[in-house]
Amino acid sequence: MNQYETTIILTPLLSEEVAKEVIAKFSKLLTDNAAEIVMEDNWGLKKLAYPIQKKSTGYYHLTEYKCSGEVIGKLEVELKRDERVMRFLTISLNKHAVAYNDKKRGGAFNKKKVTAEVAK
Amino acid sequence: MAQDKIQYVTAPKVEDNRKKYCRFKKNGIKYIDYKDANFLLKFINDQGKILPRRLTGTSLKYQRKVAQAVKRARHIGVLPFVTDGLK
Repeated sequence: MNQYETTIILTPLLSEEVAKEVIAKFSKLLTDNAAEIVMEDNWGLKKLAYPIQKKSTGYYHLTEYKCSGEVIGKLEVELKRDERVMRFLTISLNKHAVAYNDKKRGGAFNKKKVTAEVAK
Repeated sequence: MAQDKIQYVTAPKVEDNRKKYCRFKKNGIKYIDYKDANFLLKFINDQGKILPRRLTGTSLKYQRKVAQAVKRARHIGVLPFVTDGLK
């Protein structure tokens, strides 16, 4: 079981409910294939650094999950087939990345500032 | 005529003894997040090109990771491929 992270960018033309539905479809595909979802992060509508498919904004969604390698192929085929998905990126996380994400979720990066203030 | 002001023909070279260092090695950073655009901004110039090691002082090991992270960020539309006046 490896840990992966997938960023999905949907078209901004979808309504909030439809966007959630599309995301739920892919989460379901993962859980159906015995994947364990570690974290989901919804960035919502975000401005793109350059236009993709002639659109200047995108609906971002981030999923972190543990699964076996074959599932990735299935997921990516589905992502490619779906026209509502403008772009996606799947990353395999190594132990440093997992540690970083755990720390980030625990709010370790905000804590740093607090300790700095205490030190003063 | 007394010369009370020294004039240089060429600008005097100010010695900068600050040695460059790898910020990842120094701060113990093991993973570079491709979603953090503000951090990656330190490793690209205003055209969006990746800065060479000779300017940033990053070690080879982490320069490869920086390059990977910048390219991933470009793919998901967090950083631009080409632009002008990024900074």
